[in-house]
Amino acid sequence: MEVGIHYAPAPQGSGARIVKPGWRVDAISVVNPNLQPGDSQQVGTDFMEWETVIGLEIHTQLATRSKIFSGASIAFGAEPNTQACAVDLGLPGVLPVLNKEAVRMAIKFGLAVGAQIAPKSIFARKNYFYPDLPKGYQISQYELPVVGKGKLTIELEDGSSKTIGITRAHLEEDAGKSLHEDFHGMTGIDLNRAGTPLLEIVSEPDMRSAKEAVAYMKKIHSLVRYLEICDGNMQEGSFRCDANVSVRKKGAPEFGTRAELKNINSFRFVERAINFEVERQIDILESGGKVVQETRLYDANKHETRSMRSKEEAMDYRYFPDPDLLPLAINAQDIQAVRETLPELPDAKKQRFMQAFGLSDYDAAILTGDRDLANYFETVVKTAGEAKLAANWIISELSGRLNKEDKLITDSPISAAHLAGMLQRLTAGAITSKMAKEVFDAMWNGEGDADTIIEKRGLKPADNSAVEKIIDELIANNAGQVEQYRAGKDKVLGFFVGQVMKLSQGKADPAQVNKLLLEKLKK
Amino acid sequence: MSLYRKSLAELAAGLHTKQFSSVEVTQHFLDRIAKHDKTLNSFVSITAEQALAQAKQADAQLAKGSMAALTGVPLAQKDIFCTQGVKTSCGSKMLDNFIAPYDATVVSKCKQAGLVMLGKLNMDEFAMGSSNETSYYGPVKNPWDTTRVPGGSSGGSAAAVAARLTPAATGTDTGGSIRQPAALCNLTGLKPTYGLVSRWGMIAFASSLDQAGPITQTAEDAALLLNTMVGFDDKDSTSLNRPTVNYTASLKDSLQGLRIGLPKEYFAAGLNSDVAKVIETAIAEYKKLGATITDISLPNSHLSVPAYYVIAPAECSSNLSRFDGVRFGYRCNDPKDLNDLYQRSRGEGFGAEVKRRIMIGTYALSAGYYDAYYLKAQKVRRLISDDFKRAFEKVDVIMGPTSPNTAFKLGEHSDDPITMYLCDIYTIAVNLAGLPGMSIPAGFAHNLPVGLQLVGNYFSEAKLLNIAHQYQQVTNWHTQMPKGFE
Repeated sequence: MEVGIHYAPAPQGSGARIVKPGWRVDAISVVNPNLQPGDSQQVGTDFMEWETVIGLEIHTQLATRSKIFSGASIAFGAEPNTQACAVDLGLPGVLPVLNKEAVRMAIKFGLAVGAQIAPKSIFARKNYFYPDLPKGYQISQYELPVVGKGKLTIELEDGSSKTIGITRAHLEEDAGKSLHEDFHGMTGIDLNRAGTPLLEIVSEPDMRSAKEAVAYMKKIHSLVRYLEICDGNMQEGSFRCDANVSVRKKGAPEFGTRAELKNINSFRFVERAINFEVERQIDILESGGKVVQETRLYDANKHETRSMRSKEEAMDYRYFPDPDLLPLAINAQDIQAVRETLPELPDAKKQRFMQAFGLSDYDAAILTGDRDLANYFETVVKTAGEAKLAANWIISELSGRLNKEDKLITDSPISAAHLAGMLQRLTAGAITSKMAKEVFDAMWNGEGDADTIIEKRGLKPADNSAVEKIIDELIANNAGQVEQYRAGKDKVLGFFVGQVMKLSQGKADPAQVNKLLLEKLKK
Repeated sequence: MSLYRKSLAELAAGLHTKQFSSVEVTQHFLDRIAKHDKTLNSFVSITAEQALAQAKQADAQLAKGSMAALTGVPLAQKDIFCTQGVKTSCGSKMLDNFIAPYDATVVSKCKQAGLVMLGKLNMDEFAMGSSNETSYYGPVKNPWDTTRVPGGSSGGSAAAVAARLTPAATGTDTGGSIRQPAALCNLTGLKPTYGLVSRWGMIAFASSLDQAGPITQTAEDAALLLNTMVGFDDKDSTSLNRPTVNYTASLKDSLQGLRIGLPKEYFAAGLNSDVAKVIETAIAEYKKLGATITDISLPNSHLSVPAYYVIAPAECSSNLSRFDGVRFGYRCNDPKDLNDLYQRSRGEGFGAEVKRRIMIGTYALSAGYYDAYYLKAQKVRRLISDDFKRAFEKVDVIMGPTSPNTAFKLGEHSDDPITMYLCDIYTIAVNLAGLPGMSIPAGFAHNLPVGLQLVGNYFSEAKLLNIAHQYQQVTNWHTQMPKGFE
C-alpha cells in the first residue's frame, strides 16, 4: 500500500501501511517509484465506464488457547502433527465439543459491528475429500450463522466515509496443511492446524474499488486486534481473505458475473489481485466475451489470477446440520456478559483522541489504527502531556523507525516512559529539537533514558549571551543583509537563522534564535 | 447350576460371596468361546490374556472388599466400541488393521466397574444390516438354529449371550440393532433414550440415531449393566446431564394400573401370524399383572422406514468419509494418485451394503435433492415423534412385536435389501424419536424366539426395566437356552 497514501489527509488505515504481516505504521510514505503491475495507480481512467463490485470473505483465526472442537493447542510453528489429538486426526469414534471461548469471540465481533447475535445457530458439515481434511468434512456454519447482519464504516482517501454491510460471520474449523515439498513426489500432511477456530466474516458486495476493499480489510484487521480475538498475523495465515469480484457498466441494475479469488494473505495482494482481475474481466467484456463464474487463484509471484475451477466443476458440499453438535443457543445474559468485556472500539477511540487531545483526524486515525499504538500514545501523554507533540514524535519518528527496522510497536526499543521523559525535557527547554533527535537515537540504541543520555553527553542549549554575541557579530559583519531585511525582505531572516545555528554548532534553540534575531534586526 | 447358566446378577452375587473367583468364571467363559464359537462366529477378537489379567485384578479387589456391583463379571464388547490396544474393526475390512489409541467411554466405564472383557463381538459392517451377514468376518449364526441369522447389527452380541459364551454384552442400536437380534435370539435388549449413554469412542453410523445399550439374559441384568453404561460425558456434545438413577431400584414395583398401548399399525399386514399370537399371549400375561390395554394409533408409522433410509444413510455418507486410506485403516496397494487412493481404498475396504448406503446418503444430500429427501425426512421424523408424544399422553408403555418375523435363513434376504430393511419396521421409529425401547423374550414360534417390544417415554428406562422384570417373574421364556450349547 505504498501508493494510495500520498501526503493528503489520509483515511484511517491507509496511513498505516502493512509492509509485512503484522501491523506497522508509517505516515511518511511516498509514492513508490517501483510500482508493481496491478497497483492502483495503473488502473483508472481507461475504465471509467465500468464499475467494480467487490465482496470479501475474511477468515480470521481466533486467538483461543485450544482448537474449536478439541483440547489440542493451536500454537503456531510446532513440529508437524504434534498438536493434533484424536479428534483432530478424525479417528473413528471421536466427537467434537465446541470451544466456548470461540463462541464468546464471535459474539464480541458481532457486537462490535452492531450485528444481531443469533439466539440459535447451527453447525453444519461441509463435505469434501482432501487429504488434509481429516474427517472428510469441515464443521462450519451454513444456514444459521452465529453472527447476522452488521456494518462497518470505512474512511476513504478523499476524507469521506462509507458503510460496508456485513452479511454474516460464522464459526468454522480450519483444515490441516498439505506439504508437497521434501517428500519425493509424495505429499506430507500436517494436521496441527486442523481444527483451528476461524471466524469467517462475509461482507456485502458493497465495495467499488480495490482501495475500498483494502480499507475494509484493514478496518476489520484493526477491529479484530482491538477485540483481541485474532492476532492478525497474516504471514502465519491468521488473517486471510477471498475476494468476490465482478464488473458492470456504470448504472447497470444487475451485478456482473463474479469470480472468487482465493486465499489472499496480504493487503498489497488483495489490491493487486482485484485490480488484475478487474482488468481481466473488462478486457473480456470489451472484446465481446463473457465472464465465467469461477474460482480463481491469485499467484503473487507471477502476478496473475488463474482458474481453479468453474461453476460447473464447483463442488457440491452436501451441507447438512452436524448431528454431533447441538444447536448453539446464546441467550441475552451470554451476550451481556460479552458486551461487558468489549474494549473501546477504534472509531470511538479516534473521536476521543480528537476531542480530548485536540488531534487532527489524520493523526487520530493513525494512532487509533492499532490498539497497541493507541495504548503507547496514551501512556506517553499521561506522563508528558503535550499530546500534539507526542503524536508527532510517535507518528513520524518512532513509527518511521519501527517500519524501517521491521518492528512492531510492542517491540519498540524505546518504551513509552522513555519517550515521555524525553518529551518532558524538550518542552521544558532543557534540550533543543535537534538534541531531542540525538536523544531519541541514543534511546533507540539502548543507551538508557533521556536524562541519562542528556547528562552523559552534556547536552544543553547554548545560553542566550553566547547566542546574542553571535547575532551581534553577524549584524555588524553583514550590513548589506541587514539593510535588505529592514527594507522588507523577510526571507533574509532565514540566512541569519542559518548562520546562527552554524556558528553555535547547532546548540542554539531555533525558537530562541528567531526571537532574538527579530528583536535585534528591528533596532 | 453351571456357571454359564447364571445371570450377571447371580455371577456378581457368587463373586461377592466367594463361591467362585473371577478367574474361574472368566476361564469358564473363555473355554466356552473356544468350544462353541467356531460354530457361531460371534467373536472377532478374543482377549483371553487381558481378560485373565483383569480377572486377577478383580479377584484382588473382591478379596479386599473394595469391589463394585459387577467387579469380576465377564462381558464382551461389540466391536464398534474403541478399545485401547485391541483391534476395533467395526466388522469391516476397512478397519481390520485398526487398533484404537483410546477407549470408548462405554469401555472405560465397564473397566472402571471391574467388568472383565472377554473379547470383541462380530457385527454387521459399520452396524449396517439386520442379519449380521454384512460383516467382513463372515456371518454370525443364530444358536437357536445355526442355519439362521441372529439378527443385526449386534448379531455377535446376541449370539454370544444366547449361547452363554458371555453372560452379557454391549450392543448399539441405530434402527433396531439391539432389539431385533435380542428378539431373534431370545434375549433382553435395551436401547436407552438418545443421549443417555455416551457415544464417545463408538464408531458412528448415524450420529443422531446411534445409541449403545445392554444385551442380557434378564431385565435385572440389563438394569445392572445400564447402571454401568450411562452417565453424562463432556466428550459427547449430545450426552445428557441427568440425575443418576439406580435402574435396579424399581424392578420390583407393581404393574397394577399400568396403561399399555397397542398401536394398530404394529399388528397390521406384514406381521407373521404366529409371531402375532405369541405377542397376544404376552399381552394377556400383562393383563394378569394388573395392566390395562388401550388400542392406540401411531399414524405415521408407515413413514418411518423411508425416513430412516434417508436420514441414516445421509449421516453415514458423511461419517464414513474419514475412512479414506490416508491416516488409518485400509489403504489400497500402490495408489497411482490421490483419486486412485480414495477410490480403491474405499472401493476395496467397504462392503456392498456400506457402499449402497453411502451412495443413497450422498444422493439424498446432493444439491437439488436435499429438500426433497433429507429435509423432508427430518420433517417426517418430527411427525413420528409427535405420534409418540400424543400416545404417551394416554399410555405408560407401548407394546408390540420387535420384529415381524422370527429369525430367517442365512442368505434368505441377502439379495433383497428392501425386505431386509423391513425387518426393522417396528424398531426404527423409536430411534427416529430418540425414545427408549426394549425387547424381551415372549415365547416361541416354530421353535424360534419371539421378542416383545416395549417402548417408553423419554428417560423411562427404569419403568421399562420394571415392566420387563415383572413379566420375567411370571414367565420363563428368558431362561430358555438353545440346544447344543448347554
